[in-house]
Amino acid sequence: MSSTAETSLRRTALHERHVAAGAKLVPFAGWEMPVQYAGIRAEHVAVRRDVGVFDVSHMGQVETRGPQALAFLQRMLSGDVRRIPEGGAQYGVLCREDGGVLDDIITYRMGEFEFLTVTNAARHAKDLAWLQAHAAEFDVDVIDKSHCFAMLAVQGPRARALTRSLADGPPPIRRRCAERTLAGAAVTICGTGYTGEDGVELLVDPGDATRVWDALIAAGASPVGLGARDTLRLEACFPLYGNDLSEERNPVEAGLGACCREATGFIGAEAVAAARRDGTAERLVPFAIAGRGIARPGNPVTGGGVVTSGTYSPCLGRGIGLAYVSSELAEPGTEIEIDVRGSRRSATVERKPLYRGKGS
Amino acid sequence: MAEANYPDDLLYHPEHDWARVEGGEATFGITWYAQDALGELVFFDAPQVGAHVTKDEPYTEVESVKAVSDVFAPLSGEIVAVNDALSEKPETINEDPYGEGWLVRVRLSDPAETESLMDAQTYEAGLE
Repeated sequence: MSSTAETSLRRTALHERHVAAGAKLVPFAGWEMPVQYAGIRAEHVAVRRDVGVFDVSHMGQVETRGPQALAFLQRMLSGDVRRIPEGGAQYGVLCREDGGVLDDIITYRMGEFEFLTVTNAARHAKDLAWLQAHAAEFDVDVIDKSHCFAMLAVQGPRARALTRSLADGPPPIRRRCAERTLAGAAVTICGTGYTGEDGVELLVDPGDATRVWDALIAAGASPVGLGARDTLRLEACFPLYGNDLSEERNPVEAGLGACCREATGFIGAEAVAAARRDGTAERLVPFAIAGRGIARPGNPVTGGGVVTSGTYSPCLGRGIGLAYVSSELAEPGTEIEIDVRGSRRSATVERKPLYRGKGS
Repeated sequence: MAEANYPDDLLYHPEHDWARVEGGEATFGITWYAQDALGELVFFDAPQVGAHVTKDEPYTEVESVKAVSDVFAPLSGEIVAVNDALSEKPETINEDPYGEGWLVRVRLSDPAETESLMDAQTYEAGLE
């Protein structure tokens, strides 16, 4: 990477903390982010057995507010937005008319007419433009709030107890959010995560980020980087936009049919309904390598298909990943073959999740 | 080992491999820089004793959680020993890249090739 590109990378409010903790920093979606601190394996295990804290401030936030906020989001998001209670959250996707996935997102309902959607860093600008382009027909304001928040994920079997010990009230249950004071800072605590463990995500003012981070670390949370975030989410079989999700794939073939409610008439609903009705040529499936070796994104699957995510599973001790395979090969238990740099590796299509955390 | 370290008694190849030459044989491994860049190693595909390795060409691979990497031969020759312990504990390469984390021992076919390798100072300067 050239020095020009490096200087243009954005830094989160916690950058100095990462440097002081000895993190290895890498460019990620235009941000300079910690990929690891103590090491991916140790950080992974900390989240599975105890509690870890991630800086995920690179993720974007879009606020939607106004009298027609619900009607607008019902048109834009794949889920049934009416079913999100105030203080609730819902996972879904943004689709093009042809069903291609623009992003996968979580939307929180902060009030009757007020929603906050968390976007992937690399897709935030595109999501925002897409939402704003469609907002004209509705009495609604779509506002970029990314600069207003730092975001921390506290994950692991001890995450809830640790968060409780620092806050003025209990953390919310899963898929709910609550306003709390934590370490003296106003924080929105959300019962969400990307690790397959129980835990919470915290939205805070960037000016309070170091105070909250320091309190979590002092209470015993291990700092965890994007490296372990990837191994954790793959064990849990959560797709990653840009790897497993793209505009060329619809949510049905990506295994996200459960977050689509075509009856709501969202953009892309007809294409999604057709894919659900007619089936798709390929489907995204989790796999585990039978012996040694690790499949990586781009490795071809014999008989058609491709690996979109692949890594080493610290909990299973072998190569795992997600791959698009022909639908006739998508049943759990099916033996498949992956071309890993010229070596044919045997793998088995598995059920989700590949590893079951205590909170999944 | 946590801190960068490049022993003076080794010769270095630009692909981040080292050779410890003793008479007509040499031990090969990867440098501190290489193991640090890869992160925690999880697989080492041990090559076969008797296989021929050629200077500047890959002879095996090491794989970390993050990435797979070719390992280049710093010198040419025939493999006379491989570090079998690494198959079970590849993380030894991270912990002790110049000692217990050695990869193979090679009978050199052209000892004069050592002249093209770097000393520790030159290699380390190239990492800046």
